[in-house]
Parts: sequence; C-alpha cells; structure tokens
Amino acid sequence: MDKSGSLLDIVGLQGLHFARVDLRLHSGELLCLYGASGSGKSQFLRALADLEPHEGQVYLQGVEQQQMPAHVWRRKLAYLPAESGWWSARVGAHFSRPPQTEDLLGLGLEESILQREVEGLSSGERQRLGLLRLLGQQPQVILLDEPSANLDPQSALQMEGCVRAYLQTQGAAAIWVSHDPVQRARIADRSLEMPINMQGG
Amino acid sequence: MSLIHLTAYDLGLAALLVLALGGLIALNGLGLTRSLFVSSVRMVLQLLLVGLVLEALFRLDNPWLVALMGLIMLLVAGWEVVARQKRRLRGGWGYGIGLAAMALPAFSLTVLSLTVLVGVKPWYAPQYAIPLLGMILGNTMTGIGLGFNRLTSGAASGRREIEAQLLLGQTMREATRRLRQDSLHTALAPTINMLAVAGLVSLPGMMTGQILSGTPPLEAVKYQILIMFLIATASGLGVMLAIELGVRRLFDERQRLRLDRLHDAQ
Repeated sequence: MDKSGSLLDIVGLQGLHFARVDLRLHSGELLCLYGASGSGKSQFLRALADLEPHEGQVYLQGVEQQQMPAHVWRRKLAYLPAESGWWSARVGAHFSRPPQTEDLLGLGLEESILQREVEGLSSGERQRLGLLRLLGQQPQVILLDEPSANLDPQSALQMEGCVRAYLQTQGAAAIWVSHDPVQRARIADRSLEMPINMQGG
Repeated sequence: MSLIHLTAYDLGLAALLVLALGGLIALNGLGLTRSLFVSSVRMVLQLLLVGLVLEALFRLDNPWLVALMGLIMLLVAGWEVVARQKRRLRGGWGYGIGLAAMALPAFSLTVLSLTVLVGVKPWYAPQYAIPLLGMILGNTMTGIGLGFNRLTSGAASGRREIEAQLLLGQTMREATRRLRQDSLHTALAPTINMLAVAGLVSLPGMMTGQILSGTPPLEAVKYQILIMFLIATASGLGVMLAIELGVRRLFDERQRLRLDRLHDAQ
C-alpha cells in the first residue's frame, strides 16, 4: 500500500455501530463528515481514537494504531466528543499547560474563565474550552464531533478560524462532523457522507 | 465470676419483647412487622445451626473440617459481596474478584495471628480459628462490598469524565485515580470510624462477650486491640486488591473503558 505523503490512512475500519470506512487524509486537510443520526459518526470517531473495539487498520504516518500504546495514540489523534467531560471543579485544573491569552481571546473567551467553576459554564463555553484543552497536547489529527453545535454564528466562525490556523501551523489534519451544509461549504476541503450502517443499531 | 447459663425460658421472654415491638409497630400501621418477625426467626435458626456446627467442630477437632468451615464462610461472604453490587461484572468476575480479594488477606492474617500472634496449639484449634476468621472475614466482606460497588457504579456514572481523561492521553491508571481513591475511602470509612470510636460510643461485641463470660476486662481489651488491627489490615488489603483487580477488568488491553462488561443496573 502506498502511503506516501498521507498523514492518516484508514483501511477497512468497521465497528459494531458503523459501516466500513476507507479514507486517506493529508497534512493540512479538513474533512467534513455528515450523515443521518444513527449512522455511527461518533462511534467511527471513537474507534479512530481507539476508545471502542473495532476491525480494520488505522495508520498515522505509516504507524499502525495497535503498534502504539493506547494513551500515546490518543495524544496524537485527539477526539473532542459532542459533550466534553470535566473531572475537576475549576476550569484551569483541566489544562496541563494554561492556554495562551490570545488563543482564549481568539475564541471569544476571557482569561478569567480559567478561574471559574465548570458547573457554571454554558455548553458553548465548554466546547470552546474543550477544543483548547485538546489542541494543548498538539495532536496531529483532530476529530471534532459537532464542535460548534452550541455556538452563535460569530463564535462558530472564530472556532473555524482557530482550527484552520492550527492545521496550517502544525501540518495537522481534521475530521469535523457538521450537519450544516453552509458551514461545510465554508470550511471543508472535502466532505464525506457516513455510509449507511446495514447492521443497524 | 463464671458464666450464668441461659435457659429456654430466658430466651422466650426476650423473644416476647420483639413480639411486643412488632405488635406496637403493627398497631401504628407502620409496616415492617412481617420482616421483623421473619428476620428474627431466621436469626434464631441460623445461630442455633452454627452453634450445633461449632459444638461438633470442637468435639471432632479435625483440621480439615475447620478448613471446610472456613471455605463455606468464604463462599457465603463472596455471595454477600455480589449481592451488594448495583452494577455487577459479567461472567462471574464480580464473584471471583470478591472471593480472591477476601480470601487472600483474611486467610493469611488469620493463620498469622493463630501461629505467631496468639500462638494457639494446635494452630487450627477451632475455638480460636473460627471466631478470628469470622470477624476478619465479615469486616473485609463489608469493606469490599462497599468499595467494589463504588468502583463499578462510579465507572458507569463517571464514564464521560474518565473517557475525557483517556482522550487527553492519560493512562487508565491516571484516569481512574479519583475513582480508585473514592472507592477506597468509601470502603474503609466504617473501619476507620470503628477504630476511632471503639470503647467510647460502643463496646465492641467480642470484648463484651469475653467480659460476660468471665474474662478479666483488660485481657478482653488486649484481644479486642489485636482483632481491631487484624480487621483494619485485612479490610484495607482486601479492598486495595479488589479495586486493583476491578479496574483491570473494567479496562481492556487498549485501555478502553469497557462498561459492556457490567450488567445493567438492578
């Protein structure tokens, strides 16, 4: 198999809740994923992050997923679920390195948000902080599950800009689940409809 | 002063007290009378049975029979641990882990105390072996039951938080640090309370029994101190072992949280 120049190769990836996917992503590329509810988009992203048992292979720069310790793989191939998890009371405790002020401002967030309690955040604030937390570990591929679903149009644009800038400076690639055709037309280098899962469920 | 023997008449009078209590509750329409009576009857039958078994064990003085008794106690305790789980591990893992985590510390500490600490001869003498094992096993069972329940239900309810940490590149050990800590604290809270209030709020049962049967109080206290240390150590070790084995079963070789290995909530 020729993997020259590609960053991510997905070969026959298949799970209990999603149909077979074959896909190749290049550095800097942003792929939009869409499809009916229940087609297993989230399960597909979870399998990519190796959070779910699955069949098939995933190669990151030629190295297969199973050859890498799971936690190392997840740092390189980072998944942002539709609802991110928070395990400490304060926002700042979730960052191994505090995010740059300009990165916060770029997403329309004040620096003081790091001192706030997670409990009081809106879902949109959580999603933006979740993205920053994820980018902080400098992944090579980012998997975003409807990241801007709870954002106003202005904030959604800011988030799109932030992801684009990250892909360019890091040479990373992204898979972005979006149900909005206008957003897809705006940000996607390529779009892919999630194949129908014939197994059902 | 030596032991005053109780007659059936004495016990009958005491049983009348419970009957009266049940009647009083029933008169007020508060329910519970039935289970109070059923449990009381169970208690009498179970204790009489154990009394007969112990009498026989003492008379026969056979180490294999003592071991068999210990094994039966262990199996029942394992069942009790499983019964306390809201989310059980599938495929008998909950029972197996509970058994292993109880058996290891309970049996080794019982044998240690019989051979070295108390120095009973022969070391398997049922008069010492059975009560010691019973107390250590009972408390370890409670601890493991509490801790393991906290572990499995906490993993299920805290899935998003645990997976969030996995997704940020943490190992399963790092991602479950809080959960393991919580489970240990939940499991050992009764033991630590017991140590802290021993003798102040309540006189421990074994000490009370020894004093009633004529042992000088300070002798009884020394035995109680010994047993408290044994209970605390066995519970702590058992709980840590159960948590360790439980976490390993909750995750697979790719450090994925596998809630599909748990039964649905009861």
